[in-house]
Amino acid sequence: MAKVVVVTSGKGGVGKTTSTAALGAALAQNGERVVVVDFDVGLRNLDLIMGAERRVVFDMINVIQGDAKLTQALIRDKRLENLMLLPASQTRDKDALTSEGVAKVIAELREKFDWVLCDSPAGIERGASLAMHHADIAIVVTNPEVSSVRDSDRIIGMLDSKTERAERGERIEKHLLLTRYDPVRAERGDMLKVEDVLDILSIPLLGIIPESQEVLRASNVGSPVTLNAPISAPARAYLDAVRRLRGETVDMTVPSDKVGLVARLFGRRAA
Amino acid sequence: MSGIFDLFKRRPTANVARERLQILLSHERASVGQEGLVATLREEILAVIAKHIPVDRDQVQVKLERSGESSILEIDVTMPPVRVRAVA
Ligand SMILES: Nc1ncnc2c1ncn2[C@@H]1O[C@H](COP(=O)(O)OP(=O)(O)O)[C@@H](O)[C@H]1O
Ligand SMILES: [Mg+2]
Repeated sequence: MAKVVVVTSGKGGVGKTTSTAALGAALAQNGERVVVVDFDVGLRNLDLIMGAERRVVFDMINVIQGDAKLTQALIRDKRLENLMLLPASQTRDKDALTSEGVAKVIAELREKFDWVLCDSPAGIERGASLAMHHADIAIVVTNPEVSSVRDSDRIIGMLDSKTERAERGERIEKHLLLTRYDPVRAERGDMLKVEDVLDILSIPLLGIIPESQEVLRASNVGSPVTLNAPISAPARAYLDAVRRLRGETVDMTVPSDKVGLVARLFGRRAA
Repeated sequence: MSGIFDLFKRRPTANVARERLQILLSHERASVGQEGLVATLREEILAVIAKHIPVDRDQVQVKLERSGESSILEIDVTMPPVRVRAVA
């Protein structure tokens, strides 16, 4: 049975697209058939983060309007043959993304893949609503910062009332992915701690992704961080999160990139 | 960056963030819950009225207003003129 996952947050710039790419690639690295779907009409970025921007021909709206078949719009990853991308439209009107159209596309993707990862746009409007509507599982991406936590709380409320599962009276599985975490600042009392955020949002924790320059480096070259730097701290954190998503029990840690002082002084290349 | 002395003087702020969030979200969760309540009340009131009088959906307004300790539920229905038939 395919699983439809929405990666959502309310607030923009917290790491949804980064996480969709990293988790999607990590699932594919585990042999799963994966499609990552960009729902950010007009502000598509997942193609860029995946390094597929020059191969986009058709997008989801072309499929919905019957101008292209789904198989024509899907882009196969150059590194992993079981990883695909369905791009968002960069030019069309947002209203062209109809809810019937989205329902049809998601149903078709369920047939072809084990995992359908939907990268939500920011906000709590129609776009975010469409991205979450068919989800079985929601990954709520949150930064340890007041406005992000507040917006995540709003999104959790929406997940519990506006999704297809909620409307059928079923439960939607929700997970917290805490990103851009800095354990040193949290320990110093200058950043909300993992426990604080968990306490406030009270949904189970999927993973803690540390703040790391490897994320920017990976985006520079258009490769999900789990592929570009698989032993880096954020990649290990994403790989652990994926193991939890697949039902394994994995100790919760905050992986660290810390190199010794000597290594830092001599010749560690900058991002 | 601030110097080492500033670092000693500076108070941790995360606990303030935590408390502010807890207070704010307990309010916001309650008011979002009330939005749901108003929507439910509106639908059910509409259904009751529609059984007896033909009214447009947008002619029925339901508002819940908080005033101090209590709340006021306001129901506003614009109806077509009611004809009272004379009983023979
Ligand atoms: N763990 C991280 N460490 C450092 N930078 C990060 C991390 N996660 C995301 N970023 C950066 O944050 C910015 C926003 O990320 P993005 O994934 O585009 O967010 P969203 O899709 O939620 O708007 C990007 O510049 C990205 O490189
Ligand atoms: Mg994004």
